[in-house]
Amino acid sequence: MANNNGLWGMLKKPSARYSLGSLLVVGIVAGIILWGGFNTAMEATNNETFCISCHEMRVNVYEEYKNTIHYSNRTGVRATCPDCHVPKDWTHKMIRKIQASNELWHKMLGSIDTPEKFEAKRLQLARNVWKAMKKTDSRECRNCHDYKSMDYFEQGRRAIKQHEKGLTEGQTCIDCHKGIAHSLPAMYEEDPSTAIGQ
Amino acid sequence: MRKSFVIGVSLLVGSLAGMPVAMSQGDGITSLRGHNALDNASDSPVAKNWQRDRAPIERDYVQQPPLIPHTIKGYMINVKFNKCLTCHSWANYKEAGATKISQTHFSDRDGSVLANIAPRRYFCNQCHVPQVDAKPLVENTFEAVTSIRHQQ
Repeated sequence: MANNNGLWGMLKKPSARYSLGSLLVVGIVAGIILWGGFNTAMEATNNETFCISCHEMRVNVYEEYKNTIHYSNRTGVRATCPDCHVPKDWTHKMIRKIQASNELWHKMLGSIDTPEKFEAKRLQLARNVWKAMKKTDSRECRNCHDYKSMDYFEQGRRAIKQHEKGLTEGQTCIDCHKGIAHSLPAMYEEDPSTAIGQ
Repeated sequence: MRKSFVIGVSLLVGSLAGMPVAMSQGDGITSLRGHNALDNASDSPVAKNWQRDRAPIERDYVQQPPLIPHTIKGYMINVKFNKCLTCHSWANYKEAGATKISQTHFSDRDGSVLANIAPRRYFCNQCHVPQVDAKPLVENTFEAVTSIRHQQ
């Protein structure tokens, strides 16, 4: 049944020709190169330059983000796209990267390839992100911001009150901090009281 | 023709001659640029900082739109969304502990009451403005009428 010739046969048969040591060395070296290559490719797709190589990101969300505090602020610390949108730890990062294939698919379909199409989908896209953030207790925010390292006395009156309330009620960052890095969608459905009278 | 030419020239010469006099007369006045020669760059003004969150600022006269006692940096107001209303709308003010928007903001120009804030009153910072830590440019002894002043 099994074909003992060819590549499969070669892989199945124990080697009688090469020493275990050299096989090990070759295996380790190949492993390092492959893993390094995989990681390099992963990192290459995990930076702002890559994200905005698609015009959908560059002309919409990137332009909006450039006016916000996560792009330019007094301390000069910048959070780029993957800092907020890709988990830092390996497992969740891999899961997110696999989910990104859906984004590639819609890139090919051209689902949001004009500003009008993007605007039409903005609420849906925003809700996806809000939902994900809520589910993970705003994990990506907490890579930098953490209740434990917050000095409430350095905050404004409103912030102290809201943060204490949020902490005791077990709220997560995204519950309040929506639309801080990108324009909000039309909010008629989410909160009609915050949108213009219809 | 010739006469008018002479008059014109003498007027021109006269006005040119008068110019330095007019300029030196202005010496006692400091322009907003300060005592700076025309070809000098003016001193760059010191940047003012927005005041940090504070208690509501009292009104100085009855119809005054209340001032905003906090920074509004990054707050968007556009046709789709109004950041101010996430705290100041009737739906949200209680939870946020904010001042609710005035009932007058729900009427259109004909006085018809709408279900939500009227478009003409939607752009908050047309009237409501935050404050910077600026000293008054000129002395001012204005005092609000006692009826709207907080009594000590």
